[in-house]
Amino acid sequence: MGAQLRVYKRRIRSVSATKKITKAMEMIAASRVVKAQRKVAASTPYATELTRAVTAVATGSNTKHPLTTEAENPTRAAVLLLTSDRGLAGAFNSNAIKAAEKLTAKLEAEGKEVVNFIVGRRGVAHYNFRERKIAESFTGFTDDPTYADAKKVAAPLIEAIETETAEGGVDELHIVYTEFVSMMTQTAIEARLLPLSLDEVAAEAKPKGEILPLFDFEPSAEDVLDALLPRYVESRIYNALLQSAASKHAATRRAMKSATDNAGELIETLTRLANQARQAEITQEISEIVGGASALADATAGSDR
Amino acid sequence: MAAELHVALVAADREVWSGQATLVVARTTSGDIGVMPGHQPLLGVLESGPVTIRTSDGGTVVAAVHGGFISFADDKLSLLAEVAELSDEIDVQRAEQELERAKAEDDAEAQRRADVRLRAATAAR
Repeated sequence: MGAQLRVYKRRIRSVSATKKITKAMEMIAASRVVKAQRKVAASTPYATELTRAVTAVATGSNTKHPLTTEAENPTRAAVLLLTSDRGLAGAFNSNAIKAAEKLTAKLEAEGKEVVNFIVGRRGVAHYNFRERKIAESFTGFTDDPTYADAKKVAAPLIEAIETETAEGGVDELHIVYTEFVSMMTQTAIEARLLPLSLDEVAAEAKPKGEILPLFDFEPSAEDVLDALLPRYVESRIYNALLQSAASKHAATRRAMKSATDNAGELIETLTRLANQARQAEITQEISEIVGGASALADATAGSDR
Repeated sequence: MAAELHVALVAADREVWSGQATLVVARTTSGDIGVMPGHQPLLGVLESGPVTIRTSDGGTVVAAVHGGFISFADDKLSLLAEVAELSDEIDVQRAEQELERAKAEDDAEAQRRADVRLRAATAAR
């Protein structure tokens, strides 16, 4: 076998091995997307009921709560950025990070100091590399987040917002995550989580103009709101974590699919080149034989004369 | 037809139980409360404890609820809990072991959780 042909053959082998791996990763990601979507659906009843309850308190009483009160001039804002622990997901992480950067710039332009909370090793690595301060980071669960993880993330955030700004607390909480729109579309979005606008929650809960009855609060409206709001924040963070996980798997699936397609194309091109090289080799051999034979014939014909 | 209320017991990550019932007894921070059809709209904070649901077909469902809310309006009752388990999902042996361990480690939170589980499991029998 010619050297050229051997090189092509070797490259085809290595690309096929890579293709097998990316194909497997694509299928794994596809099954994980479905699982993650199912988790999003399973968490919906709780989230809807909770939203309803928050609306009930909001419309049924005029209770004030630190989580719903706007600071007069907010000076510090927390940004919670959700990324993934692992890459190989196309632009998934960089889109989320970019959205967070944009939000940070906007908040800083408004004269607010930004405190970073980050979920996922990718985001942490990005911020560490640029030597930016991270208030707190959470890693290790982004592929398959549980409610306990959401609680863990929410706890320091709620604590920060309840602390006075002068003592190191924050006035606002923004969250940047990737919304799962469909298998093909995932968009990085930012939302202000706190202070919670009760009117907005109410608008979200009853789009059909349903009128909520007057509730009897047990033990009191304040206590109910006190217990309700942190749970509401946790459930929102949980939902964001789940959506982010589903988006990550969808992005991985897409990235791996195009990697598999590219590998297939590369194999095709290389096969063509290898065939050409083989053919050239054969042609050369034939012309060498023919040339040799005719040279021999010429030589013998000469000696005969 | 006797009056019924629709009960949905939902945990943060799943719907644990839902169906028709005639009476629901739950423990709020200010004491046990029983809700029957036609009760006035109610929103309360739940303590960790067993919740008893008497279903329309005469059965009883007991669940261990670890903190959460009860909300009732229009004969629809929802029990929201971060963690909720039906009594027949509870592994009594494991809960007992957990209780032992929590006592040994002096972990009040875990002890309370295991205790609620055990109480729900025994109440169902």
